[in-house]
Amino acid sequence: MDAILLQTLNGLDKGAAYALIALGLTLIFGTLGVVNFAHGALFMIGSFCAVTLQRLLSISYTTIDPEKTDFLGNPAKIETPYIEGWFGPEIGAAIIDWSVPLAIIFAIPIMVTLGFIMERGLIKHFYNRPHADQILVTFGLAIVLQEIIKYYFGANPIPTPAPTAFKGSLDIGVMIGFDPNAIIYPIWRLIYFVFSLIVIGGIFAFLRFTTFGMVVRAGMADRETVGLLGINIDKRFTIMFGIAAAVAGLAGVMYTPINSPNYEFGMEFLVLSFVVVVVGGMGSLPGAVMAGFLLGILGSFASMNEVKQIFPGIDQIIIYLVAIIILLVRPRGLMGRKGVMEE
Amino acid sequence: MSNSKFTRRGVIKTGAAAGAGLALPTIFTGAANAFTNEPGAGSVKIGFNVPQSGPYADEGLDELRAQELAVEHLNGVGDGGMLNTFSSKALGGNGILGRKVEFVTGNTNTKSDVARASAKSMIEKDGVIMINGGSSSGVAIAVQGLCQEAGIIFMAGLTHSNDTTGKDKKANGFRHFFNAYMSGAALAPVLENAYGSDRNAYHLTSDYTWGWTQQESMVASTEAHGWKTTNTVLTPVGAGDFSSYITPVLNSGADVLVLNHYGRDMINSITAAVQFGLRDKQVNGKDFQIVVPLYSELMAEGAGENIKGVYGSMNWNWQLEDAGTAAFVKSFGEKYGRPPSNSAHTCYVQTLLYADAVARAGSFNPCAVGEALEGFEFDGMGNGPTLYRAEDHQCFKDVLVMKGKENPENQFDILEKVETTPRAQVEYAPDHPMFAGGELGACNSGA
Repeated sequence: MDAILLQTLNGLDKGAAYALIALGLTLIFGTLGVVNFAHGALFMIGSFCAVTLQRLLSISYTTIDPEKTDFLGNPAKIETPYIEGWFGPEIGAAIIDWSVPLAIIFAIPIMVTLGFIMERGLIKHFYNRPHADQILVTFGLAIVLQEIIKYYFGANPIPTPAPTAFKGSLDIGVMIGFDPNAIIYPIWRLIYFVFSLIVIGGIFAFLRFTTFGMVVRAGMADRETVGLLGINIDKRFTIMFGIAAAVAGLAGVMYTPINSPNYEFGMEFLVLSFVVVVVGGMGSLPGAVMAGFLLGILGSFASMNEVKQIFPGIDQIIIYLVAIIILLVRPRGLMGRKGVMEE
Repeated sequence: MSNSKFTRRGVIKTGAAAGAGLALPTIFTGAANAFTNEPGAGSVKIGFNVPQSGPYADEGLDELRAQELAVEHLNGVGDGGMLNTFSSKALGGNGILGRKVEFVTGNTNTKSDVARASAKSMIEKDGVIMINGGSSSGVAIAVQGLCQEAGIIFMAGLTHSNDTTGKDKKANGFRHFFNAYMSGAALAPVLENAYGSDRNAYHLTSDYTWGWTQQESMVASTEAHGWKTTNTVLTPVGAGDFSSYITPVLNSGADVLVLNHYGRDMINSITAAVQFGLRDKQVNGKDFQIVVPLYSELMAEGAGENIKGVYGSMNWNWQLEDAGTAAFVKSFGEKYGRPPSNSAHTCYVQTLLYADAVARAGSFNPCAVGEALEGFEFDGMGNGPTLYRAEDHQCFKDVLVMKGKENPENQFDILEKVETTPRAQVEYAPDHPMFAGGELGACNSGA
């Protein structure tokens, strides 16, 4: 029982990442009709916003310590962050320690701007082109973004830890009546799950309860009619692209303490997120979220030793297997709408 | 009636024969030369096949830095590095056998098929006489096989699977780097001293040749020191988030987690293990421990503070205090501003060892070079007295047991040496069961 609960929790945080990326993908597809293969790269860029802020906060001045030597035997250079000089060692160190949560504020304008630039500068030229062209150009863009990050940050993963206050784990089992140490879960992963629920809830509330959201939903349902009413739907869809980029970026920022970011970070999620979108139903926001969590949890269960003993290698194929079964039973996915990607 | 001697059938036959001849890969048409890619009088070309993209690109970059430095030293540029401390004095800083050393580079992308294609291109198009480098056992075994077919010497880079000089060994392939058996033999006594003999180990293992042999070696060596093995679980390479493999460890009854992972997989798996509180946990009345059998500096850098106090093993480390290490670290550090990694070291040493073997043999013929390397004993290259064993082309030398440093003072000060395990403790018979199943075969010169 404890193992099942643990794997469910595991699936929820993994599913949260899938759901956030798939939500952004669906927003872009539902509004602009573009299959955006650069969306995983936006997740990766978000994670590197956290790395960049950590490095900016750690910019240091150098002093020489004659009593210590470096690896070549020269007097050692001691690096002290400016921020510790300005605010004192304790406050300065605390600000650096909190660089990942602070990066949320740092990443939003960067990601929205990047989204605008991508949409206005490149993707809008492919609106009337076949989906295959859109996939090729956005996949190419993803590779370019990866290589830029690799050039500046290298290929090695960069440790980007959570604030010290959130580094430990919680004994959830004790809270619900299990033995001590039976269900231990990292605090940051729980925060990630809650954060993703807030972002997903925020996006749904924005689309459901604001005039802007209402227009966007109307445009997703019938773009031409909304245009005939004199509403500049293209402008709103461009803004939605920026919001989708920000959602992917925030998912990346908050994921950095879970897995150290590297330039291929986004590709690890991209393919699975597309499976999530298809299983959820092309263009369906609730479907993307539901499928994200469902496939995350199933993926976790498939990694259990008891399951692998019965079905060796199932952990590597489960998501695709479930996708095949769902698409055979429900060809439009779990919550797909008639007419989307069917013309 | 036509008097022409050309017939339709004749033209087709001639064309087919000529086409087949032209289509034959040049590596199979080297019979005109004494051996494949025999160099001219002016220069000789060698190939460095390293990962320049993919997960080990930083490690590949470090290998490339060391290889370029080795070429400089062979050509008499710079301070000479380890040529000054090498026990053999056959090289004089004037190239190899008087020929200037040139090099080309290839990208393995840490994929066997890409690495083979890259090596093939360097052999056929660039005419390299030797290939060196790499950061994966899967890649090393694939390229070693190609070099054997082509009649080229392969001086392996970072490859740690027992199979490279075990069941997949080849007469044209040579490994300076240590192997999984040696890691197990060096680590097990240290682990017993540190954690006692009554331990239950849970293994998470990368599902490919290196992981399998690493797990086999660690299980055998730790069980010989009294440990029990609770479970062994294979994990896909590049799994990303390892949390679903870590959580079953929590209630498995194990009190040690052995991570037979390398590179990005190791960084991700140890990060997940620490996040799930394994290092703060007590099982069977003992503190839970994590072991990473194979360390590299770049991997440790990526894992950050998660490796503090974690034991592992290395082929070499820049902090050693012998003359060879000091010379290499000085050359490398002054040129690149950072200390070399152990994969950089092995590639540098392999390049010099190849050149030295050519000089001692007086020939570039791969079979003569192989003969010069077989049974060669040397010193001054940072690992103490070392033997290139003739039976399997594996180097035997001391092994380092390392530990993640508790209070590092800078970005390079991540690992500390716990013990230098003497060579005798990590030696094994050529027909040891973990290395059985393959034949070295005969040297191929490509003639």
